[in-house]
Amino acid sequence: MQFDLLVNAIIAGLMLGAFYAAVTAGISISFGMLDIVNIAHPGFIILGSYIAYIVNVHFGVDPIVIAIVALPAFYALGSVIYEIYYRSFEKHGQDSLRGLAFFFGLLFVTEVALNMVFGVDYRSVDVPYIGGSLSIGAMEFPVRMLVPALVSIVMFAGLQLYLARTFIGRAVMAVSQDPQALQLMAVDPIRIKRIAFSISLATASMAGAFLIIIQPVIPSSGREYIGRVFAICVLGGLGSLPGTLIAALLIGVIESITSTFYGPSWAPAVSFGLLLLTLAVRPSGLLGR
Amino acid sequence: MNLLRNLPSGLKAAMAALCLVALAPSAKAAEPPIKIGFSMALSGGLAANGKAALLAMQMWADGVNAKGGLLHRKVELKYYDDKSSPSEVPGIYTKLLDVDKVDLIVSPYGTNLIAPAMTVAVRRKYTMMSLFGVGVNDKFRYDRYFQIMPLGVHSADAIPEGFFEAAKTLTPKPQSIAIVGADAEFGKATSDSARKMATKMGLKIVYDRAYPPATIDFAPVVRAIQAAKPDLIFVASYPTDSVGLIRSINETGLKASLVGGGAVGPQFASIKTQLGPMLNNLLGYETYVPSDKMKFPGIEDFINQYQAKAAGQGVDPLGYYVPPFVYAAMQIVGQAVEKTGSLDQGAIAKTIHANTFGTVVGSIKFAANGEWDKPRMLMVQYRGIKGNGLDQFRDPSHYVILSPKAFKSGDAQTPYPSK
Repeated sequence: MQFDLLVNAIIAGLMLGAFYAAVTAGISISFGMLDIVNIAHPGFIILGSYIAYIVNVHFGVDPIVIAIVALPAFYALGSVIYEIYYRSFEKHGQDSLRGLAFFFGLLFVTEVALNMVFGVDYRSVDVPYIGGSLSIGAMEFPVRMLVPALVSIVMFAGLQLYLARTFIGRAVMAVSQDPQALQLMAVDPIRIKRIAFSISLATASMAGAFLIIIQPVIPSSGREYIGRVFAICVLGGLGSLPGTLIAALLIGVIESITSTFYGPSWAPAVSFGLLLLTLAVRPSGLLGR
Repeated sequence: MNLLRNLPSGLKAAMAALCLVALAPSAKAAEPPIKIGFSMALSGGLAANGKAALLAMQMWADGVNAKGGLLHRKVELKYYDDKSSPSEVPGIYTKLLDVDKVDLIVSPYGTNLIAPAMTVAVRRKYTMMSLFGVGVNDKFRYDRYFQIMPLGVHSADAIPEGFFEAAKTLTPKPQSIAIVGADAEFGKATSDSARKMATKMGLKIVYDRAYPPATIDFAPVVRAIQAAKPDLIFVASYPTDSVGLIRSINETGLKASLVGGGAVGPQFASIKTQLGPMLNNLLGYETYVPSDKMKFPGIEDFINQYQAKAAGQGVDPLGYYVPPFVYAAMQIVGQAVEKTGSLDQGAIAKTIHANTFGTVVGSIKFAANGEWDKPRMLMVQYRGIKGNGLDQFRDPSHYVILSPKAFKSGDAQTPYPSK
C-alpha cells in the first residue's frame, strides 16, 4: 500500500509539475532570457482561461484547441506590450523599477477588465474528460491532469527545439547573453526581444487553458501563481527552458510526496526549502550558467 | 402681481396654505440622506460573494427609498472595494467615518475582513451589522456587534454540528473520521470544532490535516485519506479547493459513508453546475434552499427580483446563499433605525438586542454576543442531480434537509460518491 501511494504520489507530482512548467514557461523566457520582470504573466494566463471558457461555453470546443487557435492573438498582444514597454522604459534605461510598476499595473488592469467583462463568479469549462481517470495497474492518472501535462511537455519540447534549432531561436538565446554582440551580427536585438516576449506571452494562452481544465477560475486567480512561478524559474536557472521544466517537475513531485506522507501544509515549506538549498549550493540554479 | 393683489384675502390665505403643504415634502426631501458606509469585496478572491451582497444591499436601498427612506430621509450607500484584502479595511472604515461622515456602518463580507473592520467600529463605538463572519466577536466581545449568518451563539459549531448529527443516524455506526481543511481562518475554526465533536462522538480520527491556500492538485491528499480508510470525511474548504477535492475523490474512487460538511462552494450556482452529479450524496451546508419549509414572507419575491437583476452581471445567478441574508441584515438595520427614531449608535444597538425582526429569511432575534439566538444552519444532502443544468437547482427535491429538525425533509443516505 505504501509503495502504491509512493508511485501515485510521483505520478501526481509529475503531472502537477508539467502544469507548473507550462505556467512558468513564459516567465522563463521574459524574466530568464530577456530580463523583463513580467509580473503580469499570471494575469494573461487567466485571460487565456477566460477565452477558453467563453468559446467552450458557446461552441463546446476543447480548451486546448481554443488555446492553440488563440496563440497568434496572444503573440500579437505580446508584441504590442513589448513595444510599449520598450518605448516607455527600456529605451530610456528605466526598465528596472518603472518597468516592474508597469507590469504590476498591467496585472491589475487585466484583472479589472476580466471583472468587468465576465463578472466575479467562478468559471469553468465543460469537457468530457474532467472527472475521468485512467488506471494502469496500481497507477492512476486523472485525465484532467494528464491531458494538460502531456500537452505541456509537447509545448516545452517545441519551444526548446525552436530556440535551439532556428536562427531566430538562437538569436533569442544570444540576446539574453549579449545584445551588443548580436547587433554586430546585423541582427536587431529589439526585434528579437519583441519576438521572444511575444512567444512568452503566447504560452499564457496554453497555460490558461490547462488551468481552467484543472480548476475553476475567477479574475483574481492569477495572483496565487506569482511567487511560485518566479521560484521555479530561479530554481531551474535563468534562461534555461530545460532547467525550468526540471525544476517544475521536481517541485511538483516534492509537493506531492510531502502532501501524501507528511501533510499538505508542509508542501510549500519543503519545496521552498529546496529552492533555498539549491541556491546556496548553486546560485545560478539547476541548469543556469 | 396686480392680479394677486386684487384677489380676496380668504383666497390668498388658502393659496398660501396650499403652497406650504406642497413645499413640506420637498423640505423633507431636501434633508441630507442617511449614509450607510461599508467596504465590500468587489475584486479579489471574495468578490463572487461580495458583488452578490452589494446587489442585495442596493435592492434594499432602492426599496426603502421608493417608500420614502428611513426617518423620512433617503438612504445612500457609500462603499469602496476592499479588494478582498484585510489590510485595506481599517483605512476604508476610517475614511468612511472621518471624510464621508457616514451615519451607519455595515461590515465587509467574510470573517477575514470583518475582524479588521471591528477594530475601527469598537474604537469609534459604532454599531456594526456583520455579513457572514464566523466567531469574530468571540475575541472582541463587543455589545454593538450583530452577525447575520444563522450560526447561533457558538458560531464555529453550527456547520460541523449538522454533519455529526447526520453521522449519528447511520447504521452501522461509523467508527473513524478524516478531517481535512484549508489552512485559513474559516477552515481552521471549523476543523477545530469538528475535531472536538468527533472526539465527543467516540470516533477515531485517522487523518487530520490542513492544506495550504493555492493548492492545485488534491490527489495526494485524497490518496492519503483513502489509505487511512475513514468511515466519514469532514471537509472545510474554500470554493476552488472544494471543486478540486470533490473531483479528486471521484477520480480516485475513494468511498466513505458521509463526505462534506464544511465545504464552501457548493452553495454557489456556478460550483453546483460545475460539479453536477458529483454532488449526489455529498453533505453541504446551506443558509437557504427553495424548500416548502422555508417559505418566509417576502423570500420568493426577493429571490425572483434578485435573479432578474443578477442575470448578465456575472454574479451568482441563483442567489440562495448570501443575498437573502444580506438583504435581511439591511432590513434589520432599517427597522432598528425606525424603531429607535434616531441614529444614536448605542440606542440602535439596544433596539436590535431588545427586539425580534421580521425579515425575508424569517424572524431573527440576536443573542448577547450578537449571533442569532438559535442556530439555523442547514445541513443538506444533494440528491438526484443529473447533468450540469442550472434549472434543476431551483427544484427543492434535490436538497434533502438533514438538520435542523424543524426543517428536516429526509435522512442521510450513504455512501459518497453515490455510484
